[in-house]
Amino acid sequence: AEVVLDDDREDLFAEATEEVSLDSPEREPILSSEPSPAVTPVTPTTLIAPRIESKSLSAPVIFDRSREEIEEEANGDVFDIEIGVSDPEKVGDGMNAYMAYRVTTKTSLSMFSKSEFSVKRRFSDFLGLHSKLASKYLHVGYIVPPAPEKSIVGMTKVKVGKEDSSSTEFVEKRRAALERYLQRTVKHPTLLQDPDLRQFLESSELPRAVNTQALSGAGILRMVNKAADAVNKMTIKMNESDAWFEEKQQQFENLDQQLRKLHASVEALVCHRKELSANTAAFAKSAAMLGNSEDHTALSRALSQLAEVEEKIDQLHQEQAFADFYMFSELLSDYIRLIAAVKGVFDHRMKCWQKWEDAQITLLKKRETEAKMMVANKPDKIQQAKNEIREWEAKVQQGERDFEQISKTIRKEVGRFEKERVKDFKTVIIKYLESLVQTQQQLIKYWEAFLPEAKAIA
Amino acid sequence: MRDTSVSRLLLKAINVDLQSDAALQVDISDALSERDKVKFTVHTKSSLPNFKQNEFSVVRQHEEFIWLHDSFIENEDYAGYIIPPAPPRPDFDASREKLQKLGEGEGSMTKEEFTKMKQELEAEYLAIFKKTVAMHEVFLCRVAAHPILRKDLNFHVFLEYNQDLSVRGKNKKEKLEDFFKNMVKSADGVIVSGVKDVDDFFEHERTFLLEYHNRVKDASAKSDRMTRSHKSAADDYNRIGSSLYALGTQDSTDICKFFLKVSELFDKTRKIEARVSADEDLKLSDLLKYYLRESQAAKDLLYRRSRSLVDYENANKALDKARAKNKDVLQAETSQQLCCQKFEKISESAKQELIDFKTRRVAAFRKNLVELAELELKHAKGNLQLLQNCLAVLNGDT
Repeated sequence: AEVVLDDDREDLFAEATEEVSLDSPEREPILSSEPSPAVTPVTPTTLIAPRIESKSLSAPVIFDRSREEIEEEANGDVFDIEIGVSDPEKVGDGMNAYMAYRVTTKTSLSMFSKSEFSVKRRFSDFLGLHSKLASKYLHVGYIVPPAPEKSIVGMTKVKVGKEDSSSTEFVEKRRAALERYLQRTVKHPTLLQDPDLRQFLESSELPRAVNTQALSGAGILRMVNKAADAVNKMTIKMNESDAWFEEKQQQFENLDQQLRKLHASVEALVCHRKELSANTAAFAKSAAMLGNSEDHTALSRALSQLAEVEEKIDQLHQEQAFADFYMFSELLSDYIRLIAAVKGVFDHRMKCWQKWEDAQITLLKKRETEAKMMVANKPDKIQQAKNEIREWEAKVQQGERDFEQISKTIRKEVGRFEKERVKDFKTVIIKYLESLVQTQQQLIKYWEAFLPEAKAIA
Repeated sequence: MRDTSVSRLLLKAINVDLQSDAALQVDISDALSERDKVKFTVHTKSSLPNFKQNEFSVVRQHEEFIWLHDSFIENEDYAGYIIPPAPPRPDFDASREKLQKLGEGEGSMTKEEFTKMKQELEAEYLAIFKKTVAMHEVFLCRVAAHPILRKDLNFHVFLEYNQDLSVRGKNKKEKLEDFFKNMVKSADGVIVSGVKDVDDFFEHERTFLLEYHNRVKDASAKSDRMTRSHKSAADDYNRIGSSLYALGTQDSTDICKFFLKVSELFDKTRKIEARVSADEDLKLSDLLKYYLRESQAAKDLLYRRSRSLVDYENANKALDKARAKNKDVLQAETSQQLCCQKFEKISESAKQELIDFKTRRVAAFRKNLVELAELELKHAKGNLQLLQNCLAVLNGDT
């Protein structure tokens, strides 16, 4: 039986840049699976209740399509497909256990046999899907959305059966990430047409994804290849004839840096908000105790009321921390990974250019050989040389075509990506601000209720 | 830094019913923070004949306040009163350290970030400064409002003598600190010791104060932690605002305006969040801290009464023994009478003091809790307004 452990099954090229950078987010443990700084444990019920809220806060929200957007869709087919990932269920026991998620598709697209259907998938299935798509589309310039990251620590806790708040949070975080991943993938018009994607969404049985093991021989080899590739990439000095590409690469580099910085600040906010929540809860209890020992009746009552208010506010902080994380923080980390995919695609173009260059150089060599053979008057060698020249001429032509194609595809993809990025950020940030509005409205309610109690102290 | 305005806020917060008495009015009209000390300008207005003038000022440092406080504690005549708790020592170490660290790290951040953080830290420094001024003022006002303590000679010297009081010998301070520590340690022991007080009032007060003091201590610590978390979150808003600004100025798409607007929102909302934290600190944390000290002072009073009761009981025993032996009876009788008088005097004034303590406490809590709620409401409404305005603009654009 296969054990799902940590390893990156991402396509080599997409991850090449990340291997080189020291602070790649993949390498950091997931924030919420660590105990939060102020030790008060959060009971599972308080997590699961808002979870239903946060579920509606994550995927479907981002991907609401407006009338205009639907009409704008390039290929004329009405884009109407909605994916939900839900009902995580533990299957099996011990280290062989895994979480199964329900993937539900709602669509009116004709390419699907039904308009609503669902299947059960496990995490490695998602990784398998991504690796298939990546291997088919990345090297020709399509920005394939990256799959969520693996985590040994998080998954082990779940397998071992730790029913605590951190493993519940971990599963929810993963579920939401898987949902966003699928939503992004199906929004891509080219990827949507892919049969592997359709099989993933539709078929009840899926062949197990192989090669997702960590620390296997293949895994180590892959890591080594990635590193070597990264080094190679750095030494390709491309003769950039098109300023657009250089400009865009620089822009994405800047954007990457800024997003990482923002992400770090938002993660700090999530952390402090959780701390605030725990400290508020502790204060509430303390205030209640103080109220109990206060011997002036009216003041005693007011202090108890204060304790109640603070308890409610603690709940608010928790919910806000959810929003901070699932809306703001996750959006940023998704985009940090997406930009890595974009950079990967630019790298592919460079490799493609390199291949073309190499073909041209080889062709030149073959022509020289032919010339030499002609001088030396060796008829059979001349024929061989002529054959090779023809072969390489074809390769040069193919190389040029490939290069032009990938360049064209990337331009289109980047355009699409930028539009999506703008829309995503606007939608999610607005939703996030609305969550802040809700918090303030609740605060007003609570304090308005308390004020007369305080005034009643006689 | 010189500042006086907010010291009045805290003063009113803690001591609600201190009459502005024409006979004696004391306040701290100015304060100056020098490298490692704070100089308070104590300003007095009085119609009492004890003073040479009707209005005058002197400069005092923290140690001189402590000297005054200690002189009250040591005075046997005041054993039956709750001695107003001494103000805490001004402590700018943490704040100074942060400012220093900021200076060292100046190279590693943008000019804008540096300016923001500097402003933040300076505001923090100022807040601590204002608080310490307020604490010292509250102490003086409590003394001035007390019918007996206000007449104390040392107090008048403190107010009027415009030279150095020369009490800054560290050794003496240390000795006094030790003395106090011992008092407090044994205080609980004596109060808690099995003997149930005959007087129901004092029995109740004893039980009440012991528990109350502990609970206030806990609440004060938890409130502090809560306030600090609030501040940390507000600081995060600051950094988020800066990052969004950077994104807004660099982005090539039409999302720039969006980012800039949201950055502005975070900057503004952060100011409100910082104010929330500061107000909670003032109305809740400081209130609890003050009553922690006051309840300790009340406990000390109970201790002194208990001690005088023990002395009285011992004097009774000595008298019985003397009568039995028929030796030194007169001496024993005198001694017993003195102890009896002392005990009764302390009990009488202690009762009134404890009743006043309750009145003051209830009034102070009421005032602060009301103000806390009002401020929380004000800030939440302000925040809400900001957010709704921003959303209106953002939704209008997209």
